[in-house]
Amino acid sequence: MNRRLSWFNVTTLSLGFAFLYLPMLILIIYSFNASKLVTVWAGFSTQWYVSLMGNQQFLDAAWVTLRVAFFSSTLATVLGTMAAYVLVRAGRFPGRTLFSGMIYAPLVMPDVITGLSLLLLFIAINLDRGIFTIVLAHTTFSMCYVSVVVSSRLMTFDRSLEEAALDLGCTPFDAFRSVTLPIITPAVISGWLLAFTLSLDDLVIASFTAGPSSTTLPIRIFSSVRLGVSPEINALSTIMISIVAVGVVSASLVSKRAIIRQRQEELAGVRA
Amino acid sequence: MAQSKPQNVFAPWDDPNEVPLIRFRNVTKRFGTFTAIDSLDLDIYRKEFFALLGPSGCGKTTLMRMLAGFETPSEGKITVDDVDVGPIPPNKRPVNMMFQSYALFPHLTVEDNIAFGLKRSKMSRDEITARVTEMLRLTRLEKFARRKPHQISGGQRQRVALARSLAKAPKLLLLDEPLGALDRKLREDTQFELMDIQEKTGTTFVIVTHDQEEAMTVASRVAVMDHGRIVQVDTPAGIYETPNSVYVADFIGDVNIIEGNASPAGEGRVSIHYAEGAQPIIAAADHIPDGQRVSFAIRPEKIVVGTEPDPDRTNQVRGRIVDIGYLGNVSTYHLELPGGQKFSAQMTNARRLARRDFTWDDEVWLSWTETAGVVLTE
Ligand SMILES: Nc1ncnc2c1ncn2[C@@H]1O[C@H](COP(=O)(O)OP(=O)(O)O)[C@@H](O)[C@H]1O
Ligand SMILES: [Mg+2]
Repeated sequence: MNRRLSWFNVTTLSLGFAFLYLPMLILIIYSFNASKLVTVWAGFSTQWYVSLMGNQQFLDAAWVTLRVAFFSSTLATVLGTMAAYVLVRAGRFPGRTLFSGMIYAPLVMPDVITGLSLLLLFIAINLDRGIFTIVLAHTTFSMCYVSVVVSSRLMTFDRSLEEAALDLGCTPFDAFRSVTLPIITPAVISGWLLAFTLSLDDLVIASFTAGPSSTTLPIRIFSSVRLGVSPEINALSTIMISIVAVGVVSASLVSKRAIIRQRQEELAGVRA
Repeated sequence: MAQSKPQNVFAPWDDPNEVPLIRFRNVTKRFGTFTAIDSLDLDIYRKEFFALLGPSGCGKTTLMRMLAGFETPSEGKITVDDVDVGPIPPNKRPVNMMFQSYALFPHLTVEDNIAFGLKRSKMSRDEITARVTEMLRLTRLEKFARRKPHQISGGQRQRVALARSLAKAPKLLLLDEPLGALDRKLREDTQFELMDIQEKTGTTFVIVTHDQEEAMTVASRVAVMDHGRIVQVDTPAGIYETPNSVYVADFIGDVNIIEGNASPAGEGRVSIHYAEGAQPIIAAADHIPDGQRVSFAIRPEKIVVGTEPDPDRTNQVRGRIVDIGYLGNVSTYHLELPGGQKFSAQMTNARRLARRDFTWDDEVWLSWTETAGVVLTE
């Protein structure tokens, strides 16, 4: 397998990666810029990181964002997993097509429309906007992503394992809890991670559904950028990039490996 | 085979006072417009080792799944111990199934797999441990108790699946092609193991197989199925010696089939005219109307091949040897009758090869007795 890359492949690959990562690289470099001017390099410094730590507005926004991401992704995982299970397992029932269509619609729905309609709903039922409403909004749009991830796992899941559990005396719920869930856990975790990162960087839906006391980090960054890009923002973005990079990449590696391993184990348990 | 010992034969199906454990009454199962099981009646008795035999797609698995509760009959009734099991969900039935795919839980160890069903019963912890140990010993898996299914071999997995389904001591154990994936040696060993376990535990076994030899080896009775119907239910010997149709005769073992018109030939005998100018075949048969179109079925090993006609046997036919299949202990002779019919005969090789009397293209005599074959009207 020692195939050498042709010059064409090398060029395409470098161009693609440059396109993807050059902007981020510039941002990271300038976050260590000693000058306040974004476009002029004046030597290495970590001062913007220090001043960021003293910026209460950003810290508050970060705390809001983390809480929103945690609760919405957890809720979305529970609901999305349940929806996936019903869609894959329940077979044909009246309205199945409608139901599955409705679950996947938010995938293609423009964020503006999702945000606006949720805003109208919250106003209609007189719900004060705040962290709670952002959590609800993020749950709505991210549960369909969880549902996609989990249902693709369930489709390759051997039904006879559940039947064996029933056969050995489990109630259907017990069979799900003690057989299905442990086996699909890696997929559920990746669904959760996906929902978490989606919530972390959502700007549009959050700005529709956030209240005055619940500004999330993307909203805060966006509004301060309109007044001019400060190196503090660069520093903050660099931190977020590292968190996302380290967290998501390693977690997805782990869960991918777990999925492959589990799949092999499952194939071993279920004779082909 | 049990049939050869007349004293205390196990034959509850012949006892009119015996109540069957399982009864299928006019059961039909349709998937959409496709009929997988077609108004089927069947009785299975306690402690039987009952084999369902038939080609792929004839409805064997569907029959099992209805017993286990994963499918509901479209029509008809299934009773276990005189209780209609229709409304009972799978987890409440006194039935356990060993799946065609084993369906071992990949995230649990061998012992946890075996204990899985026990933990859902009212057993105490100590009882469960004891039972699991017993099952591990019975299936010779003690050394693998702590391993996961992907860490053991195919044959061991199959035994885990068996142990798991046996652990709850069900009234009825369903085995869906349990030995399909095993190689021949392991398969034969396991067949005897299964019979041994069945004898020790006294459980009623229903086994699905498409391997006729397996069915003949393990079963007390065999049901031969075709397209969702049961064609014949009988002991292995009964199925082999007295098939009720060409389908069954052809399905089990090798057989020669000759078609002809029957005419009475004295008490309990018919003569079958199968070719112009040929001596009719004389065979034992009752109640065959004159002129009825019949099929005469005879197993290759019931035919004697010789250079001279055998005077002790009623039927004597000339044939020409087309091919000889030498299998060591036996030889199969492929012959052609004067009318062009193909015929095969099997003889044990009592003599060494070099001293055999006949070879390719030799004209020989085929002889068989009146009772060597059966006359079939279907
Ligand atoms: N769930 C189902 N939906 C539709 N057809 C089915 C289903 N299960 C089985 N069948 C059909 O019923 C027939 C019998 O299947 P099965 O009982 O699995 O056969 P066997 O086990 O004897 O090979 C097959 O033709 C199969 O395609
Ligand atoms: Mg089958």
